[in-house]
Amino acid sequence: MKPSRLTECGNWVLNRFPVTKFWNDHMAQYYAPKNFNIWYFFGSLALLVLVNQILTGILLTMNYKPDAKLAFDSVEYIMRDVPWGWLVRYMHSTGASAFFIVIYLHMFRALLYGSFKHPRELIWIFGMLLFVALMAEAFMGYLLPWGQMSFWGAQVIISLFSAIPVIGDDLSLWIRGDYVIADATLNRFFAFHVIAVPLVLVMLVFMHLVALHEVGSNNPDGIEIKASKDPWGHPIDGIPFHPYYTVKDLVGVGVFLLFFATVIFYMPEMGGYFLEHANFIPADPMKTPEHIAPVWYFTPFYSILRAIPDKFAGVIGMGGSIVVLFLMPWLDRCKVKSIRYRGGIFKKALFLFVVSFLALGYLGTQPVTPIATTMARLFTTIYFGFFLLMPIYTRWEKTKPVPRRLTKVKSLEDQLHEIEEQIPAFIEEITEVKPNLTEIGHPAFKGAFFNRRPNPQGIAHVLSRVATKLKRSLD
Amino acid sequence: MSNKGVDKSKRQFLTSALTVVGTVGSGYLAVPFLAQMQPSVKAMAAGAPVEVDISKIEDGQLIRVAWRGKPVWVLNRQPEVLATLKTLDSELRDPASNESIQPPSSKNAGRSMRPEIFVAVGLCTHLGCSPTFRPEIAPVDLGEKWHGGFFCPCHGSWFDLAGRVYRGVPAPTNLEIPPYRYISDTRIMIGESSEEKSA
Repeated sequence: MKPSRLTECGNWVLNRFPVTKFWNDHMAQYYAPKNFNIWYFFGSLALLVLVNQILTGILLTMNYKPDAKLAFDSVEYIMRDVPWGWLVRYMHSTGASAFFIVIYLHMFRALLYGSFKHPRELIWIFGMLLFVALMAEAFMGYLLPWGQMSFWGAQVIISLFSAIPVIGDDLSLWIRGDYVIADATLNRFFAFHVIAVPLVLVMLVFMHLVALHEVGSNNPDGIEIKASKDPWGHPIDGIPFHPYYTVKDLVGVGVFLLFFATVIFYMPEMGGYFLEHANFIPADPMKTPEHIAPVWYFTPFYSILRAIPDKFAGVIGMGGSIVVLFLMPWLDRCKVKSIRYRGGIFKKALFLFVVSFLALGYLGTQPVTPIATTMARLFTTIYFGFFLLMPIYTRWEKTKPVPRRLTKVKSLEDQLHEIEEQIPAFIEEITEVKPNLTEIGHPAFKGAFFNRRPNPQGIAHVLSRVATKLKRSLD
Repeated sequence: MSNKGVDKSKRQFLTSALTVVGTVGSGYLAVPFLAQMQPSVKAMAAGAPVEVDISKIEDGQLIRVAWRGKPVWVLNRQPEVLATLKTLDSELRDPASNESIQPPSSKNAGRSMRPEIFVAVGLCTHLGCSPTFRPEIAPVDLGEKWHGGFFCPCHGSWFDLAGRVYRGVPAPTNLEIPPYRYISDTRIMIGESSEEKSA
C-alpha cells in the first residue's frame, strides 16, 4: 500500500530531524522506577512553574516600565487598567513563591532518598546551581515593582557584596551602577531578570535533565533499578516514563493547580508573605520601613546573616549555608541512600535540620529581639552542625539491610481502609461511658457521642503509644 | 582517516597560538562589556552639595535631607544628650572614631563641628538600611540598656546619638559623617568640607 501524503510528510521531517528518537529516549522508552511516591511530583511541577513564570513574565514586560520614575505606577497600571493584568501579575508573583515551595520539597526529597549520592552527584550540582540562579532571578525580580521592600531589600543584598575585603566596595558599586540603588540598578536588574538569568535557568534545566536521564532516576528505596534487567535489557523494576508517569504527573499538576488557583484568586498576598505590605508604598530612599524582612523563601538564610554579629562573618555564614549544600554528595559517607534503610542517627539529624530550617525561616520574618537572636544563633549552629558533622556521624550509622529489588508499599487507598477500620476501637479507647447518665428522651441524644466523655487514661495511653512508635521510626 | 605521517607539532602550535590569541581577544572585549556597567558619567556628576537651613530645627528634632540619593540626618542635640554620650565609651566598638569615616573637623567626642548640631549619613554601615531615630531612654522593645540613639530595624545594629556603633552588633563601624561646612550661623552646606574651602 502506498503511504498516505501525511505519512510521507511526517517521514520527510523525521529523516531530517530525530523527533521520534528524542521522544523515545526521554519519554516513551525512558525507564523510571515503578515505586515513585508523592515526593516525586515536584520535579515536573517545578518545570510547570518555570513555564508559568516565562509565559506570564513575557506578558508583564508588555506593560511594565523599567524606569525608577515609572516602574511603581506601571505595576499599578497593570493591576488596574490592563485587561486581566491583575491575573497575569498575580500568577507571576504567586508563581515565584510556588517555585520555591516546589523546589524546597524537591530538594528535601533528594535528602530523604539520597538522590544526591553516587552516581547522581552532577545532577545535584546542576540542581544546586539552578537553586542559586533561581534565587538571583527572584531577588532581581523583586526590585522591579520599585516598592519600599524592593528598594531596601536590594540595598541590603547588594551591600552584602561590599563586605568582601579589598574589592567589596567597587564590586557593589559596579553591581548597582550608581552610588545608591537607582534607575541604573533597576534597568539592569530588569535586563538580568527577563533575559540573562532565564537563559541560564533553561540551560541548567536542560543539563539537569540530560544528567538525570543518563544515570536514571533514583527512587524511594534508593537502589539502582539498572542492576536487574529483563532479557530485553530494560530494568525489571522500571516502567516507561510515558505514559505511566506523564499520567501520574498530570494528577499532581491538577492538585497543584487547585492550590495555586486558590492562592491567586483568594489570597494573592498570602497575608504579606508572598507580596509584602510595605511593597505597596513606592520606594523612598530616605526612609527604611520599620520592619524589613525578605520574602519568605529567603528568610532562613537571612536569619543566619542576622545571627552572626560581624559583617563579614555574617556574609560568609549566609553564603556558606548555601555552599555546604553543594558539598552534600561528599559530606555524606553512608553508602545506603534511602532514609528507609538508614540509621537512626541520620533520621534524627535530618529531623533537627528540618526543624532548624523552618525555625530560621520563621525567625527571619520577625523583628530583631535579644531572644530571637539567641534562638537564631542556636538554630544556625544546628544548621551547620547537620552538614559539617555529617562525615562523622554518617560513618557510625547502623544501617538496615537494603533489598535488591524495589519493595511494595501499601497504597494510600489500603492505608485509608486500615485507618477507617481502626476508628471505632480508637474512639472506644480515648473515651469512656459517662457514669451517671441522665436520660434525655430525644432520639438525637441516644448516639454514642453524647453518652461518652474523654477518658484521660485512654488518651495518655494512645499518646504514649504514638510517641513510642515515633521514637522507633527514628531508630 | 589515517594520521600517519602528520606533523602533529604544527597542529599543536596552531592550536596553542589560536587559543592564546582568542583568549587575549576575549579579554579585550570583556573590558568594555564589564566596564559599561560602571556608574555613568551622569551618575558620577550628580553629587552636587545641598544647602540646609538649621535655624528651624527644634531641640531634639531630626530632619532628613537627600544628598547624592542618600538620606542625611541633621539632629539638634540637647545638653543632656551630650552629657550621656560621654558615659557610653565602654559599650562602644570605636568610641574615638579611629576606624570610621568622617571629615577631620568631626573627629571629636560628639562627632560634629558644633556639639549640638549632628550631621550624619543615615545609612547603617552594616548593610545600608536607614536606622530609625529612637531618642527615648530604655523603651520596652529595646530594653534597659538603651540610652537613646539610632536603631537599625534590619539587623538590629545599635548606634548612639553621635552615630557611634555599640559592641556586639553586626555593624562594623560608626555611621559615616559627610563633609559639610557652615555657610552662616544658621545654614550648612552638605557635600563640601570646611577644609576644602579654606585650602
